Amino acid sequence: MLIYTLKRLALAVAVTLVVSALSFGLLYLSGDPATAIGGEAATDVDIVNIRKFYGLDRPIHIQYLTWVGKALKGDFGMSYYFRLPVSEIMATRLPVTLILGCSAIVFALVFSIPLGVIAAIRPNSWIDRTALFLSVMGQAMPSFWLGLMLIVVLSVWLPLLPPSGTEGWEYFVMPTIVLGYFAMPALMRLTRAGMLEVLASDYIRTARAKGLLPGSILFKHALRNAVIPVVSVSAVQFGFMLGGSIVIETVFALQGMGYLAWESITRSDFPTVQAVILVFSVIYILLTLLADLLNGWLDPRIRVA
Amino acid sequence: MDRRFSLFWLIVLLAFLLTAPAAQAGKANDTLYILHPVELSSVDNYFNTDRLGVVLCHHLWDSLLYRDINTGEYKPNLATSWKFVDDKTLEFDLRQGVKFHNGDEFDADDVVYTLNWVSDPKNGVKTQNNVNWIEKCEKLGKFKVRVKTKKNFPAAPAYIAGVTAIYPHKYYSKVGPEGMAVKPVGTGPYKGVEVVPGKHIILAKNENYFAASPKGKPSIGKLHIRFISEVNTQIAELMSGRADWLWRLPPDPAEKLAKMPKITVKTADTMRVFFLLFDAANKKGRNSPLNKLKVRQAICHAIDKATIRNTLVKGASRLVNSACYPTQFGCTDDVIKYEYNPAKAKKLLAEAGYPNGFEMDYYGWRERGEMEAIMGYLNAVGIKAKIQWMKYAAVRDKIRNGEVDMSHNNWGSYSIPDASAFTGNFFRGTADDNARDPEVMKWLQIADTSIDPEVRKKNYKMALQRIAAQAYCLPLWSANMNFAFTKDLNFVPQSDEIPRFFNASWK
Repeated sequence: MLIYTLKRLALAVAVTLVVSALSFGLLYLSGDPATAIGGEAATDVDIVNIRKFYGLDRPIHIQYLTWVGKALKGDFGMSYYFRLPVSEIMATRLPVTLILGCSAIVFALVFSIPLGVIAAIRPNSWIDRTALFLSVMGQAMPSFWLGLMLIVVLSVWLPLLPPSGTEGWEYFVMPTIVLGYFAMPALMRLTRAGMLEVLASDYIRTARAKGLLPGSILFKHALRNAVIPVVSVSAVQFGFMLGGSIVIETVFALQGMGYLAWESITRSDFPTVQAVILVFSVIYILLTLLADLLNGWLDPRIRVA
Repeated sequence: MDRRFSLFWLIVLLAFLLTAPAAQAGKANDTLYILHPVELSSVDNYFNTDRLGVVLCHHLWDSLLYRDINTGEYKPNLATSWKFVDDKTLEFDLRQGVKFHNGDEFDADDVVYTLNWVSDPKNGVKTQNNVNWIEKCEKLGKFKVRVKTKKNFPAAPAYIAGVTAIYPHKYYSKVGPEGMAVKPVGTGPYKGVEVVPGKHIILAKNENYFAASPKGKPSIGKLHIRFISEVNTQIAELMSGRADWLWRLPPDPAEKLAKMPKITVKTADTMRVFFLLFDAANKKGRNSPLNKLKVRQAICHAIDKATIRNTLVKGASRLVNSACYPTQFGCTDDVIKYEYNPAKAKKLLAEAGYPNGFEMDYYGWRERGEMEAIMGYLNAVGIKAKIQWMKYAAVRDKIRNGEVDMSHNNWGSYSIPDASAFTGNFFRGTADDNARDPEVMKWLQIADTSIDPEVRKKNYKMALQRIAAQAYCLPLWSANMNFAFTKDLNFVPQSDEIPRFFNASWK
């Protein structure tokens, strides 16, 4: 298990390096940052000066290696756009994304697992149909539309919640619903399918024959096995929520990491984009690792393998 | 996305009219809640290129002069009087008794330090074009300075009155651009209270603002600026009473909002001019069809500018025929005008050797709807224009490298009311000059550097007439700016894209 974990960690570091090197190279293909920094009034001389000022006139591999060296010490450089340390900017943005991501995944799990279980216990019943309807809706409805509808109803018609901002918990209610709802269908359908399969298996029949309580069969024996793929998918969904919440952050004007990444790309703010990519890569890798460990805890056979 | 939501917002509007909640406008706490779509990079006036930076410049700081937008007159501001001593020298007598927000007294040392610091390329000021004409600034007395220009620069007063904010030299030499970005200190009608980069900027009325300022004393207690990029969220904020003022509203939502009882919508023409820029000079030797005059003229005749303006741009925008904004000094409309005539366009194309049209790339980075309309008109005469949608920086690099047949450009002249701010960038042999016409360059050189206004006007006219006759570009229309704000507010929008909140008040 230790060797396996060490191998996984080494792979994670390699993946992170490859991702950062690739993104560094690709960013250069998207346009000259000196032109973007200079703005519309910058002359050629200004742009040459900007290149020198920011060290953009050095070969790309030197720039990359310098960046890696500093990043290892926690120095992500200065944002070209804000002229502030990137780490300082991320320190204000990351909590917003983490709060949103955590609350959304909790929201999704709290609703999708019970609904999936009930739908599996009573297949083809009205509750199963309702769960199916909700999941189809969740997958079909664009997030920005649902977000705007919620704003219209809960902020404009019934002024109960603020439409945008991050000043308090109430600002996260609508974004959580929208982001969580988007992740719910996959989790719910996966729970339902897993439960249906497990409930039809021999050991559950044996447990019933032994006269175990239905609750014990359902939660102790069936759900524990059915939920294993849900854990893996949840980790992926959580990673997606953190990195892919750009639309939600834009609609609700949450100044989070997704929005920062998107805006920084359009501004050619390379140091910020690089740092954001690195942070997201590390989060993804850690989540995948966490999911593997959780699965090992849930199913001892995985540990042995 | 905005047009897609027309029906959506109509439904919302009807529902709102039925259930309209009580607005929580900022009048109650004397705070004007302002929404802006783009995060400001830095509050430091010399380290941002965003329009909000220009707006903040006029609120947090003062310049030596102030241009009265209604009369066009340059009025003394931090200066009490000024004059051209010779073609390259201006002298300013400075106002006494003015204090910065931190209590420092304003004097010649501040002007000398600011102008010399910002004009030194080593300091990396972003808005180089606004300051690189300054040779040096000298102190002649505690309240008297002399500004030397690198060359004859008659537009200097326009630049000084525009965005040349004067900084407190002791404070700025201590905190630098990074400090000024988070704790701005100036002499302006508003002072900085809180700056959280990317989140909000809060300004408070400068109670000690000097009475003689041509800007006038501010009335509203606080300005609270937030950044929301999504236009529908901005509208929701305004409708729910959590915001009081927003701008850059697309035409369709503006029309819907105008029907609401508690909201005022105003529209203003702005100095930003949209235009098609052609690869006339063949800089890269690609031999583009656009190198030919008749092809460029054909494109000019193929596009129905008036219809696009009336149906898509709308509002107060005006059609533009010359490569400048009509109210800029030296700008003239007395140039050749290309009427919409697709038959003539086809004939010109045939004469140029393209009876069946040709294919070309059409580059742009904003106003896609208008680009698509133009693409349709070009298609009708046989020109297959393929839109290449890119980031601004990428398009600009391509234009400068001579790789772009035609681009959908726009230019705001940094609100400088002088034709040099437009023509100087695109037709005086700079990297953006895709015409490279020696005659035009010669006339512009004279116009940009002569002190005699009549000589300037005459040479601008000759240059602009040739630019139009040679169809180096096709000026389209000026940008329309829609403002929406609470009915509780007295606010007058201006054409220079600088909302003057220091002149606004509560009803």
